[in-house]
Amino acid sequence: MEFFLVQTLNGISYGLLLFMLSSGLTLVFSLMGVLNFAHASFYMLGAYFAYQVSVKIGFWPALVIAPLLVGAVGMLVERFGLRKVHKYGHVAELLFTFGLAYLIEEAVHLVWGRLAVEYRVPPELDGPLFQIMGSQYPIYRGFMMLVSVAMLVSIWLALTRTRVGLVIQAGLTHPQTVEALGHNVPRVFMLVFGGGAALAGLAGVIGGNAFVTDPGMAAAVGPIIFVIVVVGGMGSLAGAFIASLLIGCMQTFAVSLDWSLGGISVAQAAPVLPYLLMVLLLIFRPTGLMGTREG
Amino acid sequence: MRYEPLNLGRWIVWGAMALVFIVVPLAFSGGFALTMLIQMGTLIIFALSYNMLLGQGGMLSFGHAVYSGLGAYLAVHTLNLIGKGAFPFPVTLLPLIGGFAGLLFGVLFGYVTTRRAGTTFALISLGIGEMVFACVLMFPGFFGGEAGVSTNRVVGQPFLGITYGPAIQVYYLVATWCFLSIVAMFALTQTPLGRMANAVRDNPERAEFVGYDTQKVRFLQLVLASFFAGVSGALSCINFEIVSSENVSALRSAGVLMATYIGGVPFFLGPILGAIVFIFFAVALSGFTKAWLLYLGLFFVTVVLYAPGGIVSILLMQIPVLRAGRLRELLWPYALAAGAALIAMVGLIGIVEMVYRLSEQGASTVLNVFGMSFDARTTAPWIGFALILAAGIVALRFASRLVGARWGAIQQDLLARQP
Repeated sequence: MEFFLVQTLNGISYGLLLFMLSSGLTLVFSLMGVLNFAHASFYMLGAYFAYQVSVKIGFWPALVIAPLLVGAVGMLVERFGLRKVHKYGHVAELLFTFGLAYLIEEAVHLVWGRLAVEYRVPPELDGPLFQIMGSQYPIYRGFMMLVSVAMLVSIWLALTRTRVGLVIQAGLTHPQTVEALGHNVPRVFMLVFGGGAALAGLAGVIGGNAFVTDPGMAAAVGPIIFVIVVVGGMGSLAGAFIASLLIGCMQTFAVSLDWSLGGISVAQAAPVLPYLLMVLLLIFRPTGLMGTREG
Repeated sequence: MRYEPLNLGRWIVWGAMALVFIVVPLAFSGGFALTMLIQMGTLIIFALSYNMLLGQGGMLSFGHAVYSGLGAYLAVHTLNLIGKGAFPFPVTLLPLIGGFAGLLFGVLFGYVTTRRAGTTFALISLGIGEMVFACVLMFPGFFGGEAGVSTNRVVGQPFLGITYGPAIQVYYLVATWCFLSIVAMFALTQTPLGRMANAVRDNPERAEFVGYDTQKVRFLQLVLASFFAGVSGALSCINFEIVSSENVSALRSAGVLMATYIGGVPFFLGPILGAIVFIFFAVALSGFTKAWLLYLGLFFVTVVLYAPGGIVSILLMQIPVLRAGRLRELLWPYALAAGAALIAMVGLIGIVEMVYRLSEQGASTVLNVFGMSFDARTTAPWIGFALILAAGIVALRFASRLVGARWGAIQQDLLARQP
């Protein structure tokens, strides 16, 4: 029973982290029609920036500075890269972000080396938060959940209660009308892209020390968040939320179960499960869980 | 295109191509050149098969290595079985085994991936690629785990003295298969299926309205492309005598995507040229610097940003100007732009190599180029290379404006001259 409870909590905290990533990806996709292949690379950049800042100043400033830096990088990428290829269509945009992901990975290799860096959980967050029937639950997991929920609530408030949020929402469906009303839609695009990158950066700051900060982290998480976006339905935030929690819990349970089937244990099969889920879902429901958008 | 049973021009083009395949190893006969040529031949097939998806079918795939890799795995096990004497089978026809294995997996995975087009197709292909990669590590019995499966290509009775021991025999095997595959894939572009693939790429809605099932067209195109991917996988298995999880990895899929795009997706010739350039980067440049992947990535992003039609499109754009006899006017601006690009590259390469020398543990921090040496721990070379880079970028902006102005003027003249 306590195993189940602790694993569920772990799964939810991992799922929330995944949703921090997939929500930015989904927002950018629905607003600009661009699937940002480099989204997971922004997550990695967030972790590395946070590592660098936390070595120099400390973890708490890094929590603010690193996402802002990643957001700035994202805005620069949109302004000087993505806007240029926009006229060549969506495939060119996807390929540009794909090339960017590749470049960021190589740049990280070049600057920080090929091995994992020692990005640690700060001492004040290190330790057990509470005990459930004998097993401990770490503070940092709770902190991760707190940060992601706080961030998601503030995003939701910003999108629904502020003027900028309303313009963004209107831009999702009627960009021409919004432009005719005198709003600078390209600048909104830049802001949203930078915002999505900053979200990924924040996820990197809190995920990098909970898991591992190495040049492979983008390639490890990237495919999973793309699977989430497909499973949830392209462009659906609610779908992405459900799929994130589902896959987060599934992954957490799979690696800790020791059942086996035909000589292969569930833990061994864990990396394949999200993709199997995607394949099965596509066979029975090609648009994803909550998807409406074709193509 | 008019139907001519005896098209002389076509015979000359294909004949010349066959001649090039035969003559090239005589011109570049060194061992290193030969390994490069063999890899180029393999990648040409792979890139052309990839372009059947991206260029002709409008399907951006991030998991094409699945088909070549699984083809290679089946080929390596077949080769090992032949080696054990389980059954006689000529090594020459091994690519067929790889091809049919690729085709089989194409049928299996294609059924899922081709249900959707566009961005979703790209994501699903990525997911399938990751799934296969994870499976390869999960079943070490068949796939050999991290180390992979190794083999020996010199098996069975020699046929007419051909044992595939020496590299030159492997080259001619690859060249033959490469030539046949190029012919076959070109022929496929001329069939009704090839034409319908183009229609589905350009306007799926209308293709559906005319009565074609777009999903079926995509599926058939993918299955055929997987066949050629499998052929190239089997050839790489014969060449390297080892197949490992790297053969199905996302890195391999990314490589073929880059090679194809750099060459030029809209043209049949594009992937061929792209494969040659890519192997040059991967084999020749990787001997000089460990940052070659970064340079390749930068080159790829530059192509995406400034030449979405690839290298071939830039070359083809010159033909009307050349015909009008006005290429001479562009020579100076081109030379200027090339010089500026060279300056910018020197600055960039200097900075990248210095960063690399600082980050790599145990590497010497001294960079030796052009008979000069720079110590990356001092500030002077950083400022120097940054200044060179800045100067190069400024010069490049100036030169590209000059090229643009001349180019625009010539195009306007050419347009005005048309009736």
